[in-house]
Amino acid sequence: MNSAQTIVPKKVSANIQTNGSVAVIDALMSENVTTVFGYPGGAIMPIYDALYDYIDKINHILVRHEQGAIHAAQGFARSSGEVGVVFATSGPGATNLVTGLADAQIDSTPVVCITGQVFAHLLGTDAFQETDVINITSPVTKWNYQVTDANEISDVLAKAFYIAKSGRPGPVLIDITKNAQLQMFDYKGYSPCIHVRSYRPKPIVRETYIYEAAQLINSAKKPFVIFGQGVILGKAEQEFLDFLEKSGIPAAWTIMGMSAVPTDHPLCVGMLGMHGNLAPNYMTNQCDVLIAIGMRFDDRVTGRLDKYAKQAKVIHLDIDPAEIDKNVKTTVAVWGDCKETLPLLTKHIEKRTHKAWLEEFRKLNQKEQDKIITTELNPATDELTMGEVIKLLNELTNGEAITVTDVGQHQMVACRYSHQKNTRSNITSGGLGTMGFAIPAAIGAKFGAPHREVIAIMGDGGAQMNIQELGTIMQFKPNVKIVILNNQFLGMVRQWQELFHEKRYSFTDITSPDFVMLAQAYGINGKKVTQRSNLKDTLNEMLQSNESYLVEVMVGKQDNVFPMVPQGKGVAEIVLGVDEL
Amino acid sequence: MSKQEFTLSIYTENHVGLINKIATMFTRRKISIHSLNTSPSEIDNIYRFTLVVIESAEVVQNLVKQIEKLVDVFKVFCNTNDEIIWQQMALYKVPTQTIMKDIKVERVLREFGAKAVVIREDYTIFEVTGQDDEINKFLNFLHNYNLKEFVKSARIAIIRANEGVHKKVIEMDANDPTKDPINNEFLSKKTMVFNY
Ligand SMILES: Cc1ncc(C[n+]2csc(CCOP(=O)(O)OP(=O)(O)O)c2C)c(N)n1
Repeated sequence: MNSAQTIVPKKVSANIQTNGSVAVIDALMSENVTTVFGYPGGAIMPIYDALYDYIDKINHILVRHEQGAIHAAQGFARSSGEVGVVFATSGPGATNLVTGLADAQIDSTPVVCITGQVFAHLLGTDAFQETDVINITSPVTKWNYQVTDANEISDVLAKAFYIAKSGRPGPVLIDITKNAQLQMFDYKGYSPCIHVRSYRPKPIVRETYIYEAAQLINSAKKPFVIFGQGVILGKAEQEFLDFLEKSGIPAAWTIMGMSAVPTDHPLCVGMLGMHGNLAPNYMTNQCDVLIAIGMRFDDRVTGRLDKYAKQAKVIHLDIDPAEIDKNVKTTVAVWGDCKETLPLLTKHIEKRTHKAWLEEFRKLNQKEQDKIITTELNPATDELTMGEVIKLLNELTNGEAITVTDVGQHQMVACRYSHQKNTRSNITSGGLGTMGFAIPAAIGAKFGAPHREVIAIMGDGGAQMNIQELGTIMQFKPNVKIVILNNQFLGMVRQWQELFHEKRYSFTDITSPDFVMLAQAYGINGKKVTQRSNLKDTLNEMLQSNESYLVEVMVGKQDNVFPMVPQGKGVAEIVLGVDEL
Repeated sequence: MSKQEFTLSIYTENHVGLINKIATMFTRRKISIHSLNTSPSEIDNIYRFTLVVIESAEVVQNLVKQIEKLVDVFKVFCNTNDEIIWQQMALYKVPTQTIMKDIKVERVLREFGAKAVVIREDYTIFEVTGQDDEINKFLNFLHNYNLKEFVKSARIAIIRANEGVHKKVIEMDANDPTKDPINNEFLSKKTMVFNY
């Protein structure tokens, strides 16, 4: 693959006549982009042609579908903390990115997509493979822009990278017409962008509200911290840990914040949300001061808003002013990057412990343990459970792996039971809930963190969305492990049908191909597990393999995920089983 | 919360497609835009959108923050009617005959503060500049005179209190990322983020 015939200097030297496509590649190299996920086509051919001279510098991963490209770029960004980069052609190539853009937008993932576009003189003529990509993608990008003149390329791409990664990160799409890609022009070189005059990536931190927040925390009897992905995006894991340990406050994560601190940290009390743990959900309505850090009070976390933490004073730390007071009214708002605000807050708070208060969480955790977790992880029946698979993976990887999940019951189970010792270990489609995310995101995650074990966990439904990316694994050989938890149903939807639609299982029984044979067709080894006696050995074999490997585990067909905060109910109305509904 | 009229003044870069990005902020939330005007502003190359919506303060407050997040938007001011000076313009076309027969043009002009911009044998065009009630009153009146055509412009508004964003934009433009951004000055004063 790395067989570049031409030896080229690292960067194109400035002030030479070159074409727009070379300027694109030079921009990527100047931004230290090492990996691009993409798929070629007519309108982006000049860029691919320029890339051909640089294939020893830029690792281009040819995916099997553009949706795969953008999910892979998201996985890359999430595991590495760098910007994920995507190439796609005009028309269908670009529209295939839309789901991934929406996913990256709602989960604040830094991605730069470069799409080809028809010649500028053809815009608006319904030319072959012309779509109005800018208007289609406006609501699902942090910024987008169409380039029709090569002279703009460097500045626009510099701006794209800056906007994607600064402040609250997000996806940016740059649409470049073919004439601009081909146009010869005086190339002035690339300079990174550090400022956009109409854009403020983050608020300046002011001590006044830090001080107010600290006072409130110091006066609290039952404070409770809830944290989200903002801690990870801000690369503020250490600052957060310092804050937590000095304050002694119990803390719970949102699905997106998971792994910001080790999941087994003594102050961690579990996961929030619809299928989160009993204690953090219930105690949200018991605490006197709720400290929300880098999270956005999604409705899957809050349940019914008018029954959410009404008794508590709320401190909200966020980089995005639009999140403050959006869903939950704050008592003290702390605007700013938590990398900056947390250390200031830590400085002003008293060192405390909250033993008795923490004990209340532990008691509820024990209740959940007894009613749900023990049987889920150590089932007495012959049927395998999703939970026991996750438990074994924890043991076998020692909590060191990156878990990439798809969407559904297995996602909730994986996030409930995974042990994660390192940050950036939980990669999942949180805000959008995109089935088909796991395989491509795992591929990207592996390229973003080559030294880490990457395990993709998915259902039999989601596995068949974007399964074509097995082809990408076949060709580029990222070592990713694929675990399909097959309940022969679109499980999460079936669960809702069981609980809320009188078991009318309307189109949720889904048949699947022989996943192991399918993997083999792609040159990937695999095994199917139907009995507990084979499970551990098979998972071990998968992890020992120095290639990708697929394991399909047949699990209980009609297992449900509990606890659950039923839709329209408050967090304190969380139930532990069908009997409580 | 009760709904009322809010006028948003949005200062933006002059980029193609921005009108769409701003419009989708409203349509996505099923908020109808009652009036929309785009114009240059007091600063070269910076545009000013003026929009009118009828919504609750809470909804508008969130909306304003979301619009300000658009990369190409500098600043959004959100005002109730008592905080602005605002005007619209309307044009009315009536057959000159009916007008001549029944009323004295001069009297009409005086009574409604209207101006005749064109007087031809076959028709006359009046212009009224003012607020909705003035414009509507004249409209109702002319309905009795075989009104042929009517059009009303979008609202334009000047904010009473502030001095525009000129100074602020000049500073943002200074291309100095270390400089304190002015728009954060109000963040610690919650109520003032909204109205000032
Ligand atoms: C692209 C997409 N289509 C539909 C859904 C709705 N949905 C959410 S969970 C789910 C069932 C997933 O089934 P499966 O992949 O088998 O996982 P399980 O819930 O059984 O673990 C569906 C259909 C979705 N989230 N994403």
